[in-house]
Amino acid sequence: MSLTHEDVARIARLARIEVSGAEIEAVSADLNRIFGLIEKMNAVDTDGIEPMAHPQDVSLRLRDDEVTAADRRDAFQAVAPQVEAGLYLVPKVIE
Amino acid sequence: MKWEVVIGLEVHVQLSTKSKIFSGASTAFGAAPNTQTAVVDIALPGALPVMNRAAVDKAVRLGLALDATVNRKSIFARKNYFYPDLPKGYQISQFELPIVEHGKLSIQVGDAEKVIRVTRAHLEEDAGKSLHEDFHGATGIDLNRAGTPLLEVVSEPDMRSPEEAVAYARALYTLVTWLGICDGNMQEGSFRVDANVSVRPEGQTEFGTRREIKNLNSFRFLQQAIEAEIQWQIETLEDGGRVQQATVLFDPDRGETRAMRSKEDAHDYRYFPDPDLLPLVVSEALIESIKADMPELPGQMKARFIADYGLSAYDASLLTAGRAIAAYFEAVAKATGQGKLAANWVNGELAARLNRDGLDIAACPISAERLAGLVARIADNTLSSKLAKQVFDALWESELSADAIIERDGLKQVSDVGAIEKMVEEAIAANPKAVEEFRAGKEKALNALAGQVMKASRGKANPAQVQEILRAKLA
Repeated sequence: MSLTHEDVARIARLARIEVSGAEIEAVSADLNRIFGLIEKMNAVDTDGIEPMAHPQDVSLRLRDDEVTAADRRDAFQAVAPQVEAGLYLVPKVIE
Repeated sequence: MKWEVVIGLEVHVQLSTKSKIFSGASTAFGAAPNTQTAVVDIALPGALPVMNRAAVDKAVRLGLALDATVNRKSIFARKNYFYPDLPKGYQISQFELPIVEHGKLSIQVGDAEKVIRVTRAHLEEDAGKSLHEDFHGATGIDLNRAGTPLLEVVSEPDMRSPEEAVAYARALYTLVTWLGICDGNMQEGSFRVDANVSVRPEGQTEFGTRREIKNLNSFRFLQQAIEAEIQWQIETLEDGGRVQQATVLFDPDRGETRAMRSKEDAHDYRYFPDPDLLPLVVSEALIESIKADMPELPGQMKARFIADYGLSAYDASLLTAGRAIAAYFEAVAKATGQGKLAANWVNGELAARLNRDGLDIAACPISAERLAGLVARIADNTLSSKLAKQVFDALWESELSADAIIERDGLKQVSDVGAIEKMVEEAIAANPKAVEEFRAGKEKALNALAGQVMKASRGKANPAQVQEILRAKLA
């Protein structure tokens, strides 16, 4: 299978990456090469093999349920472009 | 045409942990904006999530209570979408391998019992909050809620009426608060319901197209929203229209559901396993220790109430709607040995009074011990049901025991045959017309006479005895 230019434009939109009309050609070629690799892997017989979610054979470390984080709002908001009344301000997201 | 309704629910249960699912920030409700955020919650580059053990324990607890499969290994995945209250650009959730699968929950609607299948329950983090007003054209973002642990419980489309959907939501609510894994505060969003609703002609096997009603935070709204949605879908189809899959919001003021503007890409979340989190392993030892620590569950307790106290399934399900009410009932039943009578008073007069005053059983002004005192006096015939209500009113208003109130107000039922005979004779002498009518075959006239006796005794004569003696004297 291979990706059309429309597929590439859609993936770019979902990922919020701007890909210009001129770039689509090159990006499509790159992505399709990756698809070629995936095709090869798909050809391997994996019947009876447990899907692997993580390459290391270790399990998740758990922490105790304790509040350990102090309030660092001022420090965090010092690098935010716009704040008011303790809130981060962003361009309006609903009309 | 007859239509059949099909409903499935997705419930977001907020797990009652002290800290967030992947960070050490507090989950307490109502703090000043953004004062409960750690580097993970605001998605500073390089910050890594570390899983909260308590969230895992609570999920396992629900899994066992739903008689579900608790997966010994489950996987966290990234659900990708862009919204400013989700600073990472993805929500950490579980997709292919959730922690809990294949459960079941029994519900009671009227006299009927039904088992609803639970497809899965998965762990995930909540998003922050967007405030759209008052910021001169901007949106304000509060990330205190970001990273709060949620367990999303997904049912099979097994419900066939709004009543069944509400019964399921209530049963799940009872269970999560019973287990102590959720504080149950619906106003604060601790228990949020999405309802998937579709209709199909009766007899058709394939499902109709469904619409999803989002974010219902009361049982009343859940019922109203589903009713409105069903009506809209049936009218649309009967008018020759088509239902299109959509996400809708319920407007309680107008009593209608309205489609949210749909973006074509909105549901393309491009899930993939989160490389920041290793597989979550639940050990046999953990499962065994949680099993050993499980309380008697509402379903088990309901069955026991039916068996031990001879209650109806309906009464027993009301009395096991919460741990506090169950404990209250059982204290009254045990103290008096009168299960049925105790159930009638707890589900009847007491429930009505609590409801009237907007009180929870925990804030009930009558302790189980004091109600037991009343029930005992009804059982031994000291009080008629009318006098019992009078004593109940006094119990509600005072700290006294039932016996003290009976003593103080002279409310003891008069069962002394001599005293009642005297009043009956007086009533007969004073009402020759009623006597004549009764003797002529008019049954109702006896009630008039009995009423006179009750009045003369100021309601205290034993009504059964009054009737009996009246009949004997008039025979």
